Amino acid sequence: MTGTNHKIRIESLNVNIDGQHILKNIDLTIPGREITCVIGPSGCGKSTFLKSLNRMHDENPDVNVSGSIFVDNQDIYDRNINVIDIRKKMGLLAQHPCPLPMSVFDNVAYGPRIHSLDSKKEISKTVEHYLRLAGLWDEVKDKLHSSAAPLSLGQQQRLCLARGLATEPEYILGDEATSSLDPISTKKIEQLFVTLKEEYTIILVTHILRQARRLADYIVFMYLGEIIEAGPADEFFNNPKQQLTKDYIAGSFS
Amino acid sequence: MKKAEENIFKVFMIIAALIIIGLLLFILGTIILKGVPALSWNMITKLPGGGFYLGREGGVLNAIVGSLYVIAGAVAISIVISLPLVMYINFYLPHKSPLAGIVRFSFDILLGVPSIVYGAFGFALMIFLGMRASLAGGIITVAMLITPIMMRSFDEATKLMPRDLPDSLLSLGSTKYEMIKVIMRQLMPGFVTAALLATGRGIGDAATVLFTAGYTDNLPGSLSQPAATLPLSIFFQLGSPVAEVQNRAYASALILTFLILILSFAARYFSSKFSRNRL
Ligand SMILES: Nc1ncnc2c1ncn2[C@@H]1O[C@H](COP(=O)(O)OP(=O)(O)OP(=O)(O)O)[C@@H](O)[C@H]1O
Ligand SMILES: [Mg+2]
Repeated sequence: MTGTNHKIRIESLNVNIDGQHILKNIDLTIPGREITCVIGPSGCGKSTFLKSLNRMHDENPDVNVSGSIFVDNQDIYDRNINVIDIRKKMGLLAQHPCPLPMSVFDNVAYGPRIHSLDSKKEISKTVEHYLRLAGLWDEVKDKLHSSAAPLSLGQQQRLCLARGLATEPEYILGDEATSSLDPISTKKIEQLFVTLKEEYTIILVTHILRQARRLADYIVFMYLGEIIEAGPADEFFNNPKQQLTKDYIAGSFS
Repeated sequence: MKKAEENIFKVFMIIAALIIIGLLLFILGTIILKGVPALSWNMITKLPGGGFYLGREGGVLNAIVGSLYVIAGAVAISIVISLPLVMYINFYLPHKSPLAGIVRFSFDILLGVPSIVYGAFGFALMIFLGMRASLAGGIITVAMLITPIMMRSFDEATKLMPRDLPDSLLSLGSTKYEMIKVIMRQLMPGFVTAALLATGRGIGDAATVLFTAGYTDNLPGSLSQPAATLPLSIFFQLGSPVAEVQNRAYASALILTFLILILSFAARYFSSKFSRNRL
């Protein structure tokens, strides 16, 4: 994985849902091995944008996607591309943790198993590795084979992160991944993201400006389905170019 | 005023509950009171002897075994049809698909068709196919009766799924088939309840098997031979002029009730093992 030049290049991406124009002519380049935060007011299309990156819109026939998204120079909307490979490559951490109806162990082993990444012998090592990485190992090592359902929300979210990472993605997409968590769990997940950007390219949707300030190397600001401004975080926060951006940062609307 | 409204409503709820519970107790009470004295080891281990229906020795083993064969076959066929259909309309077809609506609507109509109509239809079908009253005929007809129930209650059971589960599975790179396998674990208890509902309905129905499965005092030897069933056995015993035989009908009803109870405990036990890690 290391060595390849991560990058996402989006060219005239348009998304229509039920005839409504939700994402309008998005042109954007997202830098590799950094944390990019997508911010903007509620309903501006952040989740829709994220879903177009792992082709989850394929599941809804009311959604029409046009344009190109090049991930590592490969258009993921190309007809010859297998959507399974795309979803494996673009790991998604959803807003609400959703463990699978199986044991803690099997949750983490799920991805490696369906993609046959590990042999039977290796799998318990893999599970331990990713549970440790997600900072959950010590809390669950004695109940690996009991259900994941009774875990706390924060634990469930870290389990989902471990599960996602075990699937060996190269990109991590987070859709307000900390919004249902308490401050301590949030902090743990945020620290994880910072560690993970060494190896992964991370794209986080958030509507908490402070979180974006804490984490982002690169910012994408969306408003009503359009990208108003995108750039390195320092520049974005200290020297915004658009009036709308200035207003948003100042908190005059949210 | 509000208080009065609430109180009136409460009274209605309590009356309704009492009626239902009372009815249930009355039915169970009758079966138990009349059935228990007539219940004997012979009832469940012996075939009806000569003159059984006039008060001679024997039991209803023919009907117990026949009913179990018929319902096992019918439930198997029904699940094989319903499960893929329900998976298809819920997980493969898009949400607002008109086809899914049409399927549900058709099954809703079939749900309201009286069982005697299925019996008559099954009989006509058998004549057309040149079959005689047989185990196979009974299985097919009972399968027709219970498939709408099975399908619609499977369909309802899928609604108990956590909303995010399919998306989580797909975004991990699962295929639809892999996704459904996991979803099945989550939904299994609901499916088992649905299957039990259909089983209870099918095993207790007399009209469907009347012309199609036939009746015999022996055990069904093959699919093409007639098979006795408990509802018909109860019917014939109740029709006897001998009071003792009539009481045996209640004992048979008790046996039928127990069969359903045992099936339902067993099914629930295995399903809870299978999906013990449910969300
Ligand atoms: N499945 C759908 N059907 C119809 N409209 C949709 C659907 N999904 C999204 N939309 C519409 O697309 C627009 C953008 O929604 P999206 O969920 O992407 O916003 P968001 O920026 O993620 O908002 P939030 O911060 O509240 O999560 C909204 O106007 C929403 O109503
Ligand atoms: Mg959103």
